[in-house]
Amino acid sequence: MRHHLILRVITKLLVGPIMLFALYVQFHGDYSPGGGFQAGVIMAVAFIIYGIVFSLDHVQRVLPPWLVHKLSALGVLIYAGTGLVSMFTGYAFLDYTALSPDHPVHGQHYGILLVELGVGVTVTGVMVTIYYAFTSRTPIMSDEAW
Amino acid sequence: MSAQAVHHTAMTLNDQLPALQILVTFIAAPLVVMFGSLRLAWPIAFAASAISFVIAVMLLSQVIDGSIISYHMGGWAPPLGIEYRVDAANAFVLVLVTAISTLVLPYARVSIAAEVPEKHHALFYTAFLLCLTGLLGVTITGDAFNVFVFLEISSLSTYVLIAQGANRDRRALTASYDYLIMGTIGATFFVIGLGFLYMATGTLNMADIADRIADQGANRTVRMAFAFIVVGIGLKVAMYPLHLWLPNAYTFAPSAITAFLAATATKVAIYVLLRFMFSVFQPSFLFEFYTLDFIILPFAIIAMFLSSFVAIFQTDFKRMLAYSSIAQIGYILLGISLLTETGLTAAIVHLFNHGITKAALFMAVGAYVLRAKGSFYDEIEGLGRRMPWTSAAVVVGGLSLIGVPGTAGFVSKWVLVQGALEKGWWPVALLIVASSLLAVIYVWRVVEVLYMKPTPADSDVREAPMSMLIPIWIAALACIWFGFNAEMTLSAAQAAALSLLVGSAGMMN
Amino acid sequence: MTEFTQEFIVGHMNYWLFIVLMMTGLYIVVAKGNLVKKIVGLNIFQTSVFMLYISMGKVVGGTAPIFPVDMNIDPNVVYSNPLPHVLILTAIVVGVATTSLALALVIRIREEYGTIEEEGILAANRSTARVEEQDHGEVMGGPV
Repeated sequence: MRHHLILRVITKLLVGPIMLFALYVQFHGDYSPGGGFQAGVIMAVAFIIYGIVFSLDHVQRVLPPWLVHKLSALGVLIYAGTGLVSMFTGYAFLDYTALSPDHPVHGQHYGILLVELGVGVTVTGVMVTIYYAFTSRTPIMSDEAW
Repeated sequence: MSAQAVHHTAMTLNDQLPALQILVTFIAAPLVVMFGSLRLAWPIAFAASAISFVIAVMLLSQVIDGSIISYHMGGWAPPLGIEYRVDAANAFVLVLVTAISTLVLPYARVSIAAEVPEKHHALFYTAFLLCLTGLLGVTITGDAFNVFVFLEISSLSTYVLIAQGANRDRRALTASYDYLIMGTIGATFFVIGLGFLYMATGTLNMADIADRIADQGANRTVRMAFAFIVVGIGLKVAMYPLHLWLPNAYTFAPSAITAFLAATATKVAIYVLLRFMFSVFQPSFLFEFYTLDFIILPFAIIAMFLSSFVAIFQTDFKRMLAYSSIAQIGYILLGISLLTETGLTAAIVHLFNHGITKAALFMAVGAYVLRAKGSFYDEIEGLGRRMPWTSAAVVVGGLSLIGVPGTAGFVSKWVLVQGALEKGWWPVALLIVASSLLAVIYVWRVVEVLYMKPTPADSDVREAPMSMLIPIWIAALACIWFGFNAEMTLSAAQAAALSLLVGSAGMMN
Repeated sequence: MTEFTQEFIVGHMNYWLFIVLMMTGLYIVVAKGNLVKKIVGLNIFQTSVFMLYISMGKVVGGTAPIFPVDMNIDPNVVYSNPLPHVLILTAIVVGVATTSLALALVIRIREEYGTIEEEGILAANRSTARVEEQDHGEVMGGPV
């Protein structure tokens, strides 16, 4: 892909806005369409497109595979941790009232925000993991053979 | 949820048990990834499994008297919210699943180290924990769609675990692929069935569905739902004509995984089948009666004979046991199809007894694979003298598989024959005895190979390590213990059977 | 017995489409020998179920089920049922996981067997089984 100048420039321009859009979808998830799943996939797209246009090595310098594994696990822990907080304060698992007992509606906002954050982090991690897993296998046909 | 703060009584640890049952293993899985160095992966997995076992026992002790624990996820009351519902039937299965996993994990340490490359170990134990979480979730939840989600969690991690056998034999990959295709078709059929149920009732809470179906009676949508669900779960159970994935999957998976899956995965699927047949749909519906009598009963009997027959002619110990599993599932389905309390008790007791028997046998196979590098009959020839403890456990497990008095297998077959006679189906009772004779033949072949054949002179096989022998013998002693003290399992199974038979009373209960 | 009137046929359009898609998917899974094509078939099969659920949630004349911010709910407004969509969101995620796992398996199979055609793989497995038979004694009787 060394000679695809336009692709490279456009990708560099796009990656930032894609990530920003992912964050937008992420943090508006509790009020409007959006949320962790969608945001996670969009965030992963930013990394994947960078990897496709430049190379796997380039993107793995930003986001090494071990970090992606930890990220996927971290998201699940954020999710479960939110639930555990409510359990420790004497509510049912994932009962968001626990996060703000005097004002349950606020508690629900915090809760959904946290849970969606967990989902977003995990989905990003898993999507990038899948991409890494598939592209890091030695290809049977080289790029030039096409 | 209203905007103003509601008076709230804090839940105690005891109230939180149903959620903790799932959460302990669920949280342990990402922890293993986070601290995935080889030294911590196994201890975390084992600790999580052991804690789950304690929780399951506590839950069973609370519901054995026929009471029901209902846990509202996120504080949302059913039927809108997801409900975790523990009664005698699923607490019994929870204990079985967690007990087997706690038994298999210490065993797995050495066995997996020999069979799976070291760099995969952390992710391997993560998949194991996720599989366990899925199985527990399927068992404990009272929400029909939740069953599907947990079923897929356990299935997806099962495919990964089976494929790990590729290090020994590349056919593990194709076995895993075949299981994936069939398992996904089964799960999708199950979702279609749930869709029809949702169309007919507008709810997903199992108890609520039961209430509403009872109100409207059987109609075409409900019948369609029943058909799809039975076929879908039948694939997971390995009900006779839908069992094709099982022999390869069990043969090529790593030994510890085979032991775990054989003792738990199909058993949990049978529990789901029971739950839907008895709690969600009414056994009084004519279509269910016909399904049991004209489809499940004949296929169960065919499975008992045909699979036992095929097992006799195998030359691989592990593969023989896989075929024997299909036959044993036939006994369980036969018990269900009797549609009486005794029959159901027999099915549930056999579910438990066969679980521990197969765990003991498959773990012993793993010991042979570790020491003799294979489980073909000519590879384990004469090992009765080289590996006396493992081989003795095989004999105990084999006797339990046949159903010799004094072993767990006898208890369940005895109750099963009783159930058949109670109903006046004496030909069925005769068939049960006849098919046990086939088991005598295939178990005898193994015993003959182990003890009657000379040990090869150049063999340097040693006894398996303690970390494997102890789990094997706990399972083998359990086969004997539950053979003599049948009271414990029988009363628990009877409570489970009763709670299933009356469980269709629904929400009010 | 229901009459096959025009109203019946057109009125159940979503079910017809569901059945066609489902059978197409199942047929591909069964009939195609290429492992990747089988996965495509499996996806079509799963998608048909998504369609079934989503069409189930549609209420004629219903709008998006979002309550106004001030919570002044007009009783005349009909809302579609959002629950099936939520369920299917979960099922789609499960489908993605299944697909990626299946593809990963196919890659491994390709590395081990050098082919992703069912015939080649079965032939390779059969010859392995034959070698095992020679080494360890014949398996009497075939697989059921």
